[in-house]
Amino acid sequence: MTAATIPHLLGSPIKRKEDPRLITGGANYVDDIRMLDMHYLTVVRSPYGHARIRSIDTSVAKAMPGVVAVWTYEDVKSMGLMPVPGAVPGMKLAEHAILARDTVRFVGDAVAIVVASTRYGARDAALAVDVDYEPLPVVVDLEKAAEPGASLVNEELGTNVAYVNPLNVGDVDKAFAEADRVVTVRLVNPRVFPMAMEPRGSVAVWEPGTQRLTLWTSTQAPHVVRTLLAAMLGLAENHVRVVAPEVGGAFGSKLDLCPDEVLTSMTARAIGKPVKFIEERRENLQQTIHGRDQIDYVEAAVSNDGTVLGLKLKIYADLGAYCHIVTAAIPTLTVAMATGPYKIRNYTAELIACYTNKTPTAAYRGAGRPEATYVLERLMDLIAHDLDLDPVEVRRKNLIQPDEFPYAAVTGIVFDSGNYQGALDKAVELIDYAGFRRRQSELREQGRYIGLGLSTYIEISGFAPSSALPWGGWESATVRVEPTGKVTVLTGSSPHGQGAETAYAQIVSDALGVPFDDIEVVHGDTDRVQYGLGTYGSRNMAVGASSLARAAERVRDKARVVAGAMLEVSPDDVVLENGRFGVKGVPDQGLTLSEIAAKAYVPVGLPAEIEPGLEGQAFYEPSNFTTPFGAHFAVVEVDADTGKVTLQRFLGVDDCGTVINPLLKDGQLHGGIAQGASQALFEEVLYDENGQLMTGSLMDYAVPKADDLPSFELHETVTPTPINPLGAKGVGEAGTIGSTPAVVNAVMDALKPFGVRHLDMPLKPERVWRAMQGQGR
Amino acid sequence: MSETLRATINGVERTSEVEPRLLLVHHLRDDLGLTGTNIGCDTSQCGACTVLLDGHAVKSCTMLAIQADGRSITTIEGLGEVGNLHPLQEAFWECHGLQCGYCTPGMIVAALSLLTRNPNPTEAEIRHGLEGNICRCTGYHNIVRSVQSAAEKMGNAVPPRPLGEGGGEGAPRSLAGLPRSTGGRS
Repeated sequence: MTAATIPHLLGSPIKRKEDPRLITGGANYVDDIRMLDMHYLTVVRSPYGHARIRSIDTSVAKAMPGVVAVWTYEDVKSMGLMPVPGAVPGMKLAEHAILARDTVRFVGDAVAIVVASTRYGARDAALAVDVDYEPLPVVVDLEKAAEPGASLVNEELGTNVAYVNPLNVGDVDKAFAEADRVVTVRLVNPRVFPMAMEPRGSVAVWEPGTQRLTLWTSTQAPHVVRTLLAAMLGLAENHVRVVAPEVGGAFGSKLDLCPDEVLTSMTARAIGKPVKFIEERRENLQQTIHGRDQIDYVEAAVSNDGTVLGLKLKIYADLGAYCHIVTAAIPTLTVAMATGPYKIRNYTAELIACYTNKTPTAAYRGAGRPEATYVLERLMDLIAHDLDLDPVEVRRKNLIQPDEFPYAAVTGIVFDSGNYQGALDKAVELIDYAGFRRRQSELREQGRYIGLGLSTYIEISGFAPSSALPWGGWESATVRVEPTGKVTVLTGSSPHGQGAETAYAQIVSDALGVPFDDIEVVHGDTDRVQYGLGTYGSRNMAVGASSLARAAERVRDKARVVAGAMLEVSPDDVVLENGRFGVKGVPDQGLTLSEIAAKAYVPVGLPAEIEPGLEGQAFYEPSNFTTPFGAHFAVVEVDADTGKVTLQRFLGVDDCGTVINPLLKDGQLHGGIAQGASQALFEEVLYDENGQLMTGSLMDYAVPKADDLPSFELHETVTPTPINPLGAKGVGEAGTIGSTPAVVNAVMDALKPFGVRHLDMPLKPERVWRAMQGQGR
Repeated sequence: MSETLRATINGVERTSEVEPRLLLVHHLRDDLGLTGTNIGCDTSQCGACTVLLDGHAVKSCTMLAIQADGRSITTIEGLGEVGNLHPLQEAFWECHGLQCGYCTPGMIVAALSLLTRNPNPTEAEIRHGLEGNICRCTGYHNIVRSVQSAAEKMGNAVPPRPLGEGGGEGAPRSLAGLPRSTGGRS
């Protein structure tokens, strides 16, 4: 056999393995699963923000054609409550029933379900379920919810405050006593929809013969869903199979176990038919988690040169009516990351997490960390504003320096590696900072208002280790060389658009000298893949790929042993060169992986101490988080007549350590930047004073379209992390974290001639226009 | 109660009995198994369900199946297949114009409609032309690149006829009087 040239793939912009099925309509999302005698589940949801359920009349619905089940709380109470493994220790945890017991607490709260033999029939019957509600007082305002005497979302808790989390490190009082100036601001970080294009959904099938349940669900963490679901259903964990089929985006919103996943499972078992639930978009906006929703009171002790001596935060975080798995933990990440890339040694934070009559919040791209970065980056600009300093210089005064890594922040987190100053310098040069300022003043003369905004961000990323997460912080991988030499990868990651199949195949191709197209990456099926923790917190490259690299290394070591026996040399003398395992310096006699695999599976002539087969597995736990970082610049123009903001340019210098595939890395940044910029300019979930969701459809909620955004200019620095074997820090959330404050800072910069110091997001034309007229600042 | 629907779907004449209230997208997906066309919003905002109706992009969640009677429908499955991709499909692959892929079939179909009307669009024209389709993953950056790349490819050669099109559908036509795919905010 002639030696095929195997190109080195790590770091190359390889086209995605995932795409052929996706561009031809051949992918299978949950709603694409069709089965004989499929039944459809529809949820009856509360139209009230807070109400007592006086009665539910299901008789009409039950009599409708094709209806096989109409269930209320009484039918599900034996299942107990929704589990919350991510609860903050000591917190007051609201009881979250699968269907409302006697009280609904947000618009969209699940009250009853209907299962029928057709999609439309289930909807018809749901409309016929007659619920008699007695409206109760509603708490929508986050700060008012925390006040004594506020009406209660969960009466049995006696308060709306779920927990208060104080932190006090260094000597904050001394810092404020010694400060030249104190810079303060109140920042609202509005509630937003994650808005994955595919709404959530699930299909459940019960097999009476094996007493096993299969649940296909649009999730980011199938094994975690399996563990929790099995416990609720009273089934052994290995009698539940959870499959994440093609998942149409998630951004954190498909990380939690939701009542509908339990309900499809329960009803499928009860009626003995497959049951499908697919969210309508309106339902998705009502019931699937929301993101952000904080109010931050910021006080900084500052010296005249812009150095931050101390930081005080008071953070109100809105949990919504209940807690999903990670709801309560998200705002604690804001506290942990609020010193950011800066040398802030005196820091105090008081986090007040509250229940309100709104949809539960949970992880949305960045999850607690964009909020921290928004606080810091607005603060840096306000210090520059109040002290009449340059925003770049204020950041330079405070940034952690390259020779200070690993850097132990006062929050207790150790930052792995970085050159924050280097990323900033590169961005300043690329944007032509001085040139921009000249053009800005020229245009101002003409009555045109452009602005430049900066943020220097870090992200606490690659979620690990196990001490930091309720279900562990590792990831798993199996690399299986089949007898023909084809390679099957089983990963515990559960990608849903990131392109991990491609990146993982690149890593394995390099590690084993096997062609890219010979590698299949399997994920998301708990019956096929060993236990894994899934995809969130930018974990794929930092944790998932690292476990894969380890597993591949184990296979390579075994292949060297087999090759050594076949070539009658010591395994130590066998090297992998250009797709062949051979003796160093004698490449022509090398063996391909196929030849080695054939021998490994039919080990005739191999020494008895060599086990048959060719497979390796690794469970990899990193010692710490990673910290990607970068510097973002946004350029905006504000229309003087209408207040409309146009994002003209966006330039990022991002450092996510080692890059496996630059195409994928850039794609992650593009999407993240778009979401972050969109939060700055467009997106805001609004409830009225009755707790009614005012932005309950895409007609009322502004998700950006192609003509709302510019093309993005991406640049990089590369500072590998010492935390994992690949040096990869992760990049899934970086774009979202850096872009929001950069865009807001740009708008504030543009509005400087109008004496505007701060406006809250989103910077809609009306808000900006009013500020330009001197109103509502 | 049902009505008889006769339509050409991806080049094949099909006759179905449909409920008068059945949406076209549910007919395509649930009755015909053409699940490439996705549903993203139910209110005509997101464009995931975009298909071609007599060569023009429409949102199939906002049309009754019976309204397609006597018409010709092309879905993503009718555009190309693995091994014989349409230049737009190829371009989306090459330019990393998709991530989760959920908006992609509708986006590609809308882009085809755009390029039929305007074979050499500027970046601004592409962005405006696709404003009826939402993508939450890509920030549109690489979608714009993909459409530009496809326009170049298709400009250099006669566009291949979509697999499903029986005949006469390729030529640009006036949009007057037909439902537009672009909607949403103006």
